[in-house]
Amino acid sequence: MLVLVSAYTRADGDVVVSRMASVRLLLSRSCCTAAKTVTGHGQRSLSVSSAVLARTHVSYEVKDNVAVVRINDPNSKVNTLSKQMQAEMKEVMNEIWGNSAVKSAVLISRKPGCFIAGADINMIQACNTAEEVTSLSQEGQKMFDQIEKSPIPIVAAINGSCLGGGLEFAIACQYRLATKSKKTILGTPEVMLGLLPGAGGTQRLPKMVGLPTAFDMMLTGRNIRADKAKKMGLVHQLVDPLGPGLKSPEERTIEYLEEVAVDFAKGLAGKKVPMEKKKGLVQKVQDFIMGLPPVRKQIYKTVHSKVMKQSQGLYPAPLKIIECVQTGIEKGNAAGYQTESQSFGKLAMTSESRALIGLYHGQVACKKNHFGHPERDVKKLAILGAGLMGAGVAQVTVDKGVSTILKDTTQEGLARGQQQVYKGLNDKTKKKSLTTFERDGIMSLLSGQLDYRGFENVDMVIEAVFEDLSIKHKVLKEVEAVIPPHCVFATNTSALPIKDIAAASRRPEKVIGMHYFSPVDKMQLLEIITTDKTSKDTTASAVAVGLKQGKVIIVVGDGPGFYTTRCLAPMLAEAIRALQEGVGPKKLDSLTTGFGFPVGAATLADEVGIDVAAHVAEDLGKAFGTRFGGGNIEVLKMMVQKGFKGRKSGKGCYVYGAKSKEKTVNSGAEEILKSFKLTAPPAVSGDEDIQYRLMSRFVNEAVMCLQEGILPDPVQGDIGAVFGLGFPPCLGGPFRFVDSYGADKLVQKMKRFEEVYGNHFTPCQLLIDHAKNSSKRFHK
Amino acid sequence: MASMLLTSLRSSPLTSVQTAQFAARSLSTSVHLQAQAKSKKTLAKPGMKNIVLVDGVRTPFLLSGTTYADLMPHDLARAALQGLLNRTGIPKEAVDYIVYGEVIQEVKTSNVAREAALGAGFSDKTPAHTVTMACISSNQAMTTGVGMIAAGQCDTVVAGGVEFMSDVPIRHSRKMRKTMLSLNKAKTLGARLSLLGSIRLAHLAPELPAVAEFSTAETMGHSADRLAAAFGVTRLEQDEFALRSHMLAKKAQDSGLLSDVISFKVPGKDIVSKDNGIRPSSMEQLAKLKPAFIKPHGTVTAANSSFLTDGASAVLIMSEEKALAMGYKPKAYLRDFVYVSQDPKDQLLLGPTYSTPKVLERSGLTLNDIDVFEFHEAFAGQIMANLKAMDSDWFAQTYMGRKSKVGVPPMEKFNTWGGSLSLGHPFGATGCRLVTTVAHRLLKEGGQYGLVAACAAGGQGHAMVIEAYPQ
Repeated sequence: MLVLVSAYTRADGDVVVSRMASVRLLLSRSCCTAAKTVTGHGQRSLSVSSAVLARTHVSYEVKDNVAVVRINDPNSKVNTLSKQMQAEMKEVMNEIWGNSAVKSAVLISRKPGCFIAGADINMIQACNTAEEVTSLSQEGQKMFDQIEKSPIPIVAAINGSCLGGGLEFAIACQYRLATKSKKTILGTPEVMLGLLPGAGGTQRLPKMVGLPTAFDMMLTGRNIRADKAKKMGLVHQLVDPLGPGLKSPEERTIEYLEEVAVDFAKGLAGKKVPMEKKKGLVQKVQDFIMGLPPVRKQIYKTVHSKVMKQSQGLYPAPLKIIECVQTGIEKGNAAGYQTESQSFGKLAMTSESRALIGLYHGQVACKKNHFGHPERDVKKLAILGAGLMGAGVAQVTVDKGVSTILKDTTQEGLARGQQQVYKGLNDKTKKKSLTTFERDGIMSLLSGQLDYRGFENVDMVIEAVFEDLSIKHKVLKEVEAVIPPHCVFATNTSALPIKDIAAASRRPEKVIGMHYFSPVDKMQLLEIITTDKTSKDTTASAVAVGLKQGKVIIVVGDGPGFYTTRCLAPMLAEAIRALQEGVGPKKLDSLTTGFGFPVGAATLADEVGIDVAAHVAEDLGKAFGTRFGGGNIEVLKMMVQKGFKGRKSGKGCYVYGAKSKEKTVNSGAEEILKSFKLTAPPAVSGDEDIQYRLMSRFVNEAVMCLQEGILPDPVQGDIGAVFGLGFPPCLGGPFRFVDSYGADKLVQKMKRFEEVYGNHFTPCQLLIDHAKNSSKRFHK
Repeated sequence: MASMLLTSLRSSPLTSVQTAQFAARSLSTSVHLQAQAKSKKTLAKPGMKNIVLVDGVRTPFLLSGTTYADLMPHDLARAALQGLLNRTGIPKEAVDYIVYGEVIQEVKTSNVAREAALGAGFSDKTPAHTVTMACISSNQAMTTGVGMIAAGQCDTVVAGGVEFMSDVPIRHSRKMRKTMLSLNKAKTLGARLSLLGSIRLAHLAPELPAVAEFSTAETMGHSADRLAAAFGVTRLEQDEFALRSHMLAKKAQDSGLLSDVISFKVPGKDIVSKDNGIRPSSMEQLAKLKPAFIKPHGTVTAANSSFLTDGASAVLIMSEEKALAMGYKPKAYLRDFVYVSQDPKDQLLLGPTYSTPKVLERSGLTLNDIDVFEFHEAFAGQIMANLKAMDSDWFAQTYMGRKSKVGVPPMEKFNTWGGSLSLGHPFGATGCRLVTTVAHRLLKEGGQYGLVAACAAGGQGHAMVIEAYPQ
């Protein structure tokens, strides 16, 4: 089985390097949510003079001297702090504060799965200058300052996502309740969009949860579940979600939350409920220690160096977050707020933030099925081959409740695969994201077997057997003899053209490629490959299954290496050449990570597997000719011969110790490289040159895929490169990189390399077109 | 209907309790209920054996940790068996089989039925087995007996249940147990010492049994509180229902209606002849209690929940032919029964809502045909939630696949001699108490059909229709 381990991962599939994790996180969740443009917004403001009548997002009623403020954006699935929401909130709060009969207030969302999901991204993107964004931030700060200084206690009743600006709103309130639902998550994910909590978050959070936890929250952007939030002191009380009663569970839970919140609000107003929790001894000691300036200084320093190490200084937002926190604590609120709003404005104008926001939008687009609803839902799936990939696909399928057959040819292989699925789920029980009963229930959907029993009822087969055309053909024929006519046959290959595999099929319209990335449960990307013969319904079905599995999906055309593998191959060829030219593996790694790749090129080769790399290089070399040359393929073959197959064999470019973190350069590999030594041409061997040699070959190939129609659009190209191959997220993907760096500059560089190395660096026509006309851009 | 009743309960709890008592009293003296036309004259089915309840007894139900504290579960079960022997005078050798229900088992007497039977002097030739199905364990014991008789395997079965909460198995931690088991196998002194050396302080922490769902890890009280909240049951409604239960139980106890209770001479202690958990209090007193499970905003308190109880019960079930041949005058026919189960998380305690319409359908009766209702009261909130669920078209349509609501039992026919909240709830023993009480109430009040319904851990439930034996 050929496994393309992507740049994010280790072959053992277990630990994801921390920075990669943060990068992965960076893109996996939304903080600021792009609300659709409010239709009729203009109309309303024109036609209605009385603001009260026009209120559509915020409403309130007074119950027993408690004002219950309900938020609900009628135009979106989630609530965002859009301009309209803010304006109406301001009005409502002023009315409440002006009403002497109101003694306390409750803030609650009417949407079941969302409190407030964050600020409105479009509102920020619509700004042209840093100053505009700064003033948005200042308005938010001012509003939450008023909330914080409210003369009556305000209880935030949180059910569903409470992220970014939503959390900043909640922590400005005097009291917070949260439902213990899985959907209730709190967090400050702004950093994932290259921004920072710009409405007082950097100032309030450290005071609320302490400096280390606040940094952890804001720098990783991770989501915090309600029970954890309670332990951290982020919320005061938890409320249990309810089951069915006289109304639907969702509806009744919100009602119940409101009832409980109103009780607490009354208690707070009557001083029967204490506003502050009594601090325990540990908390007191911690507060005392944090009160010491040298301790704080050390924390800033440690956090700063950690961020620099993990981000290589390529991401400005984390550093700004540290600065804002530090300013607020050391120089006082006023200075802190000022730094926060100004940094927010500046960050919004950075190319990094634009790149990350672009990826966010791209990710949203790639989480939709653009091929319509398939005629049949896949209710039963079969997977052939219980290897790393097969078992990984099985895991992400059964845990979504789809009954799955995992078939292998040997008992040992099957046992290993089933254990992999079990371990993946069991690890989740250890993290408490799954109960042991849920795990057992999920496992019961998995049927491990050695024969084709039950295949007459499957709706889709995904084969993940060894990457050998004749084996794939054999399997395809065997399967077609037992599956029903409607069943889709998907092949998980990283390089074999799907049409070659489909050639053995009696029904090529039902054959499609589904290229997963390892480890499947951690990697978000799925590359779906369609041939000329693949029917639209087959594609729709594959996309539907992928979406169900939680994947971000790109759908590309057929060809050697499709999109992802094809882009990676020339870059790896260039990496081998660099190694032959005497750039050591460690140096090569630091050059690539310094550019923003989460994994260095030499390490990546080891992760992918030297044998796999050799195999792919040879195949694609045959298909694309000398253009795919660079490093000598014999280097790889020699390494494989000596058993240096990469991490899986313990030796590759590096020697891997028993403990996964240790690795030293493999002297055996160095010797091989010496025997294939090339002279480094001085004109193109500077550090930056090497970086751009690697980069430009990747980017050029990506653009060529677009030019040839393998890629349907630049968005999917960017998403595939970042999510599948670890292309630097701060650059937003190859296409955004060309836009922001300038096609002309890139072409100039390539021409310089071309003079030395020939056609490896010949820019493709589309890239040249863009270089010639600077108004041509891949992204609007 | 229920909402009307509930409203009346809310506005004047005492009056409604009195009304109920009045109703019960008037029923006992008049026969107008019998005059009411039933959907069916009898539930006897052609070709099927009639199975009868000859009699039923129980030990007094005591708060755990009180007079029974030093006993073991089989001691209580034995007391109930002996009480049944005394009450019925059945010759021991006439009993073909003994089935007992128990929930939290003493590991030494895991088949408590057998240990109790031997101790009670039954022939060692009478087989006995123990069943477990949480709070409906003794219902399961009875229906197991019914099944055996119906299948022609036996004619005379003693069924019962026991629960002993004064002592529960508290175990060593898994790690400690593993070390101790390995210690047994260690051959050399060195091996033993090294095993002993591996014991850490944390290993000594004991494992306590909890009244919690294994599948969800949620305690039952917590689930009951959520259930009450889901159906919008208020604290007031729960306290009112709890108070009603205690007042009715007190009334029944004082008027000698609880004739199923036998006296039990506890070794080393006095003779016990009364339940000791009945404590009619006042709404003010009840309102003072803090929530016991969901703090600080929950509604389920210690006072509106059933308490941990020690107790045992037993019934004599026979085929009608055999009973008559032996000269017995049976008390009731045991007719159709059902078991149901649903989501153990969010519908843990809704068993009665699901089982009631199912058993009625099975027997061809309607809610109006039932003269006597005995529902197991796990929590006041659980009973109120069930009544609201049964009164909701929406719930019936959305979750039960019914066209319309189940309907609500009239309160004047409902648990009028108290219930688990006041009499106590020894998990394994409650089922027999419910059935015997129905039989006794039918006799006393002159009704024809009675209905038992109960919820149980695991999201399960049970219901049985009982028909009065013509007097």
